[in-house]
This record gives sequence, structure tokens and C-alpha cells, in this order.
Amino acid sequence: MTRHIRHAALFCLLLLAALLVNAARVQVVRAPEYDANPANRRPDIARYQQPRGDILVGGRPVTGSRDTGEHLRFERTYRDGPMWAPVTGFASQEYGTTLLEHAEDGLLSGADPVLAPLPLWNDVTGARSPGGDVVTTLHAGAQRAAYEGLGRRTGAVAAIEPATGRVLALVSTPSYDPGELSGNGAAALRAWRRLNDDPARPMLNRAVRRTYPPGSTFKVVTAAAALDSGVVTDLDAPTRSPDPYPLPGTRTRLTNEVPGCADASLREAFERSCNTVFAKLGTEVGVPALAATAERLGFNDDGLRIPFPVARSTFDTSVDRAQLGLSAIGQYNTRATPLQMAMVAAAVAGGGQLRTPYLVERTTRASGSVVATAGSRPARQVMRPSTALRLKELMTGVVESGTGANAAIRGATVGGKTGTAQHGVGNSGTPYAWFVSWARGERDLEPKVAVAAVVEGTAADHGEVTGGGLAAPVARAVMEAVLRG
Amino acid sequence: MTQAGTGPGITVAAADAPAPVARLPRRRGIELALIVLAVLLSVCGYCAVGIARHGALPPGAAGYGAGLGVLALLAHLAVRLRAPYADPLPLPIGVLLNGLGLVLIYRLDLETPGDRAAPAQLVWSALGMALFTGIVLLLRDHRLLQRYTYVCVAAALVLLTLPILFPAVNGARIWIRVAGFSIQPGEFAKVLLAVFFAAYLAANRGALTYAGRRVWGMQLPTGRVLGPIVAVWLVSVGVLVLERDLGTSLLFFGLFVVMLYVATGRTGWIALGLLLAAFGAVAVARLEPHVHGRVEDWLHPFASIEAGLGANQLAQSLFAFGAGGVTGSGLGLGHSVLIGFAAKSDFILATAGEELGFLGLTAIFLLYALLVERGFRAGLALRDPFGRLLAVGLASLVALQVFVIAGGVTGLIPLTGMAMPFLAQGGSSVVTNWAIVALLIRLGDSARRQTTAPAAGA
Repeated sequence: MTRHIRHAALFCLLLLAALLVNAARVQVVRAPEYDANPANRRPDIARYQQPRGDILVGGRPVTGSRDTGEHLRFERTYRDGPMWAPVTGFASQEYGTTLLEHAEDGLLSGADPVLAPLPLWNDVTGARSPGGDVVTTLHAGAQRAAYEGLGRRTGAVAAIEPATGRVLALVSTPSYDPGELSGNGAAALRAWRRLNDDPARPMLNRAVRRTYPPGSTFKVVTAAAALDSGVVTDLDAPTRSPDPYPLPGTRTRLTNEVPGCADASLREAFERSCNTVFAKLGTEVGVPALAATAERLGFNDDGLRIPFPVARSTFDTSVDRAQLGLSAIGQYNTRATPLQMAMVAAAVAGGGQLRTPYLVERTTRASGSVVATAGSRPARQVMRPSTALRLKELMTGVVESGTGANAAIRGATVGGKTGTAQHGVGNSGTPYAWFVSWARGERDLEPKVAVAAVVEGTAADHGEVTGGGLAAPVARAVMEAVLRG
Repeated sequence: MTQAGTGPGITVAAADAPAPVARLPRRRGIELALIVLAVLLSVCGYCAVGIARHGALPPGAAGYGAGLGVLALLAHLAVRLRAPYADPLPLPIGVLLNGLGLVLIYRLDLETPGDRAAPAQLVWSALGMALFTGIVLLLRDHRLLQRYTYVCVAAALVLLTLPILFPAVNGARIWIRVAGFSIQPGEFAKVLLAVFFAAYLAANRGALTYAGRRVWGMQLPTGRVLGPIVAVWLVSVGVLVLERDLGTSLLFFGLFVVMLYVATGRTGWIALGLLLAAFGAVAVARLEPHVHGRVEDWLHPFASIEAGLGANQLAQSLFAFGAGGVTGSGLGLGHSVLIGFAAKSDFILATAGEELGFLGLTAIFLLYALLVERGFRAGLALRDPFGRLLAVGLASLVALQVFVIAGGVTGLIPLTGMAMPFLAQGGSSVVTNWAIVALLIRLGDSARRQTTAPAAGA
């Protein structure tokens, strides 16, 4: 019997040994796989167990956190959500994060290792740092002016400080309240479905994620290329351009909305926005020079991050001469985001120097100590200073005596360019109204703000869609807000 | 620590016998020290939960420690009084596991404020320790149990069949409700059956060992003695089918096969037992949807996730173990409550695994292994067949139960609802396990007493 008791004991020992081996398999070998399983809610619980860091504008947070007392404890809240949504994006327990909430998620959620008091500290202790804050470059007044200026219309505004590249305003309408998506309940699901099904696409960030045909505002780029390349040397010399202008190699005759474009000088053509003159100039400058100028200004670049990605603005380089003529007046395959056109205005305002736009001034720990400071990026000379000087003159003329009179501000120098972009099959769509501009206050040494505003026309406008009429007042409100300080 | 002496009623060795046997250490001091350690560890765990959750010592820490300490001390005094030669390990192991179980249940209670299980578990623990004290005080010799062989089996069968009269709870018909208390009679039946098996096998060893025909090199038993085995098998399958309790059925059958093997030494029994078990298991897994589902879950624990239905209990349990890793999240800091239903009972080990880690789980398994080992050691030391078989049976009972439920929640074998001895919420289980420890104490005491009287074994 003794021998058999030993056998039975051995058997029981084997059972317990099997348990130990299996426990090691589950807890050590396969643990990473279990941790990564999407049905495992532990990472989410850890992520939402503390309030999320805030996004600040002008020293005040535009975000907040609400303690729900549920498993996923803290939910995101937003102050003036629709106005800031094109900057903040949303932070949802169910649908992930977008825009700044996404780009700075590691910092805001506290997961970023730079927040730890010591390297590897959180890895060893299993602790989580409190979420850090993101201080933006935005100008609250400019943002509100842009948002209220667009009102119920569909459109977008981007404003930059030319000397630094700081983004001052980034607005897209119609917008949405990102707070509706914060939770993970039925209300969030309903909001998610409603926003995604909405034909007005409220969650589309038109300021950076949508490209529009820039229309006549692109003439700033064409003029810069013509001046830089020496095709035009005298702003007031006749350009020997016919009206209408037959596009080379085709029977299409390009016309103008306004009279007085035949043989106009560059100044007259710019102030009146003569398509014929600029199409002809474009063909004379040629693809390489025009494309080079456009690309220096940021076209055909899909790597821009502010820190969330900006859609690629395009200038087609494989075009024939007729297509080049159309491209030079912001049609054909030329497309630009509002931010891109603000960069064009900023380059002119900055004396030919362009700084990469950025939205995050600095990031801080919950204690207030600085994690990282963006600082100003190095300036790139994208056109000759003399060219910029002459373009400033041209743009000032547009506001003082041309199509952009609606943007004039008392006691400030304002330069601008209107645009009315046709689009759709056979230009059947209601056009987009554009205005790009910059402004310098009386006591300022250099322009303080560059703006691009685009307003989508509606059928109710009865064909009265012009950049000067719809977009210039919005841009002026933004510039006034910045100049007021 | 090493108090030596002889208890009352011990025949002191004759003058011609060597001296050392007469001065056998009782080791009660070791037991007391270990009990103090076990109570302290439990109180530390209780405090750790409070600090982790509220940043302060829980208000009941002193009362909890005092309650557990007083109960353990009473049990210790009973052992000192009536089983002075007993093994010093089983009681402290029981106290530690029971204390840890209370900590884990208290910790899970914090997640379910409307459903507090720890107070009731504390009452049941007190009852269990009282039963322990009673058994140690009143059962002066384990051989007395042999007289009640058929009372035991009758009581066991009644207890087993009782729940059939009550409604099923969560698919299993293993509970009866009396005056608001849920009792699992099957738990008590385990000990009674172990006593019955030990007595029956001790009495019929000769007949069972007598070999029948030889088939394929194996000695088969004769038909006459095959009856009882078939009867037990039928009862097991009956329990399985009528109560849908795969775990208990597996436990009974495993217990019977182990004891039969130890009693007769016939591998033929083992082969026959495994054959019958395999047949029964396959048949039931095919026919019974509840059991079939458990097997499917075991084979594909994440099938429900892939089907878009979220993680089922087993998957949540595996997540909890995985989240614990090697060192664990710390008491009170895990999320094993995601398992949901039965987190405090069948799945209690997942909380231990997540919050104490692989290291803590290893410690718990080693405690069980030590308890089982002490049982087998008593079985080896005892001289009477009934005592030996009873010790082996009780030790195997603990080992098999730990294997069935711990293997189930860690995905080693199909999951069957069963209480983790001492740890899990469940009054019947705690009381039964204290009875098992009491019997092991009694058997250990007898085993060492007899060595002080070499004439008896000569």
C-alpha cells in the first residue's frame, strides 16, 4: 500500500505542477497577447481613470474632464466645442481621438514617458503620470471673429502670424460639438451616427483637411513667379495681352468678368483680377518656374504637420500650355487648403520669408513645468524680398481701389486678393468665395496677421458669390481682432 | 518550540527501548508561530486593499485581525488539548488561505457595493473553525468513523440528491435554499463519501484485490466486486446529468479511482476507471448542451470576441491572469471584477492572479501542495488501512478540487463550477474544508502517537 500511496501522491504533485506550468504560460508567456486583445478593457480603464490634460487658448482651457464614476471614469468636456472643434478634434472613449487630441494624445492622457519624474519610473512602478497640458498659439478673439463671421455658412478660415508661423485661427463651419462623442453610451453612438450621416459633413475640418480650387487668389502666386523670373519687371508696363485670350493650342477663349483687361498692366490686372492677363503670364513663366514658386510656398507637400497633418495642396506639373494657363488662375488641377493660402499671404507679408505654421506653443506637465517648447521654425526665403515688396503694393491696391474694398480697416494697412472659384462639371456648382489678406497696424513694424477665408456659395446667393462680398468681411473681422491684440 | 512530553493515555516505551522515541517533539509552538504569521499576513492584505483603494487603513482592520486571530487561537488550543502530536502545518495553512480568501472577497465587495459577501463569509469561516474545533475535541480516534460507514454513504446520497428538488441556478442544480441561505450540500457529501470509500475499501481490500480474468495483460476484477464500482460511476454520471455539475462528478470519480488504486494496487482499476470516465465524459459532452458549451469555451476561449459578442467569463479570466503578469497589480488595483458573475466564487483565483501576480499564485499553489503533502505523509505514517485510505482520500480531494477549478479558470481544462478550497466565497465549501483540515489533524496526531508506542506496530 505504501508504494501506491506514493504513486497517488506523485499523481497529485503532477496535477499541481501542471497548474503551475499553465499559470506561467498564461501570466508570463501569453500575457502580452491577452493585454493587447481589443476586448480587454484594462488599457481603457487605466487611460480614463484620471482626468485628461487640457488644451489651452490664451491661458484658458477650452477642454475639461468630467468624473462619471463609471468604469471608464473621466469623460472629455469642451467649452465652446463647435468653435474649437477644428483645433481640438474629439477625444472619445468609443471612437478614438482626432486632431490635437490625437496628435498630443500621449501627453494629454499621461502615457507619454517624458511626463514621468524619472526615466522608466512608470514602467517599474506601474503608475501613470497625470495628463499634461497643451498650450496653443491660437488667438481667442480671432477664432471667435472667424467663427461668428462665417455664421451659418459653409466655409473655413485660417490665420497665421507671418513673423513666426503661429496659427492664430483655424475655423471650419458647419461644425459640431466634440463633447457629444466623449462617452461610450447610447448618446455618443447616436451623435456619431448623426454626424457621420450629415450631408453637411460637420466633422470635416475644411481649414486643413479640404482643398478648394483657389481661383483668383492663386494670382498672387502667379504674380510672384512672374516677378521672380523677370517675366514682368515693371508693374505698370502693359502686358500685351488680348481680351479674350485664346488658350494656346485650343479654341477656348478665356474671358473676364470685368472690362478693361486688354493689354492691362500687372497692377491693373491684379486689382481687377483679369483672368486673361494671368493665364497668359502663366504660360510665359512656364511650368518649372511657376511650379517652383508654388512648391516653395507649400504646394505639392504632403508632409506638413501642425502637428496634425494638413492635406496636400496641389499644383499640377504635367500640364500642356492651355492647362498651365488655367492652372495659373487657380483652376484646372490647382487646389489649396485655406491654411495653404494663408501661408501664401504670410509669405508676402513677411517680405518673402515663410515660416512653417504651427499650432502648439508649448506642452507642460500637470505641475506646470515645460515639457517642450515649439519655438519659431527657421524662415525660408520663398521669393525675392523685392518681389514681396511689389506684391504687397499690388495687394494693398486691391483693398484700397480694387475688388477687396470690403476688407479695409481704418488705421491699418491691409493687402488682399479676392477669388471666386468655379467648380463642378462645366462650372455648374455654386462658386467658392475666397479672400486672402494680411494686415499691419499703424504702430506695427510688420504685418501681424495673414488670413485666408473661403465661403461656399449657396443657391440662395443668386449668383452674387464674390470673394470681396462674402469672404472679405470675414477676413477683415479676423484681422481686426488680431490688430486689437 | 520543541516541547517534548507524552500525552495522557500514551504507553511510554519500555525500558529496553531506545530513548529518542519517548521524547517526540509536539511542535505546537511552531504551529502557534505560524498561525500568528498567517493572521498577520491576512491583516496586512486587508490593510493593503484599504490603502490602495482609499489611501487609508480600513476601519475594520483591527476587528478583522482580532476575529480571525481569536478563532485560529481557539482552534490551536483545541489541537493543543486533544491532538498534541498533530502535524503543525495544516492549521496555519488553513488560516492563511481562509484569511487571504476573506481579503480577496472584501476587495471584490468594494466593486459591488450592493452585494457584500465578506461579512457572510466571515460568519461561515467562524462556523468552519468551530466545526474544526468540535471535530478535534470530540473525535478522539479516527477509527470511530468506521462505525458509521453506511450512515455516511446514506447521508452523502441524500445530500447529493436534495438539490434536484430545488430550482436550477445558472444552469446547475447544486444549491438548496434554506431561510435565505444558499447551501451546497454536495460540498458536505465529499467528506462523507471519502469516509465511506475509505471504510468500504479498507474492509473489502481482499475481495477487490482478488483478480478475475486477464485481458490484454491486465488483471480485471471479478464480476462480483464490479458492482460497487459501477454503482459509484452511475451516481457520478447521475449527478452530472441531473444536476449539470461536471466538477463534482469529476471530483467524485477521480477520488474513487485514486482510493481504489491505493487500496488494491491494481492498475486494471485505473484503466477501467479512466475508460468509464472517458466514455461518460464524451457521452455527456455530446448530449448535454451545458457541458458541451463549456468544452467549446475551453477550446476557443476568444470565440465570442471574434463573433463580436465581447469577452466571455473565461476570456475575462485569462485577461485578468495576463494583466497580473509576474508581480501582479497589487491588492485592490486590478480589474478582475470585469469577469462579472461568480468573480468572488468560482473565479476568485483570477483576482489572486491579477493582483498578486504569478509569484502570489505560485505561493498559493504551494500552500495547497503543502497541505496535500501533509495529508499523504499522514497516510504513509499511519498503520491502519482505514486511516491510511482516509488520509489519502482527503489529500486527493483537496488536490483534485484545486486542479479542477484552478485548471478551469486558467484554461488548462474545461471550466467547471467549483469552489477554490478556503479562498472562494461559499459557506458550505469553507465549512467542509475546515472539516477536512480537522480530520487531517486528527490523522496526523494518530500517526505520530503510534510511533511513540512501538509495541503497537511491532
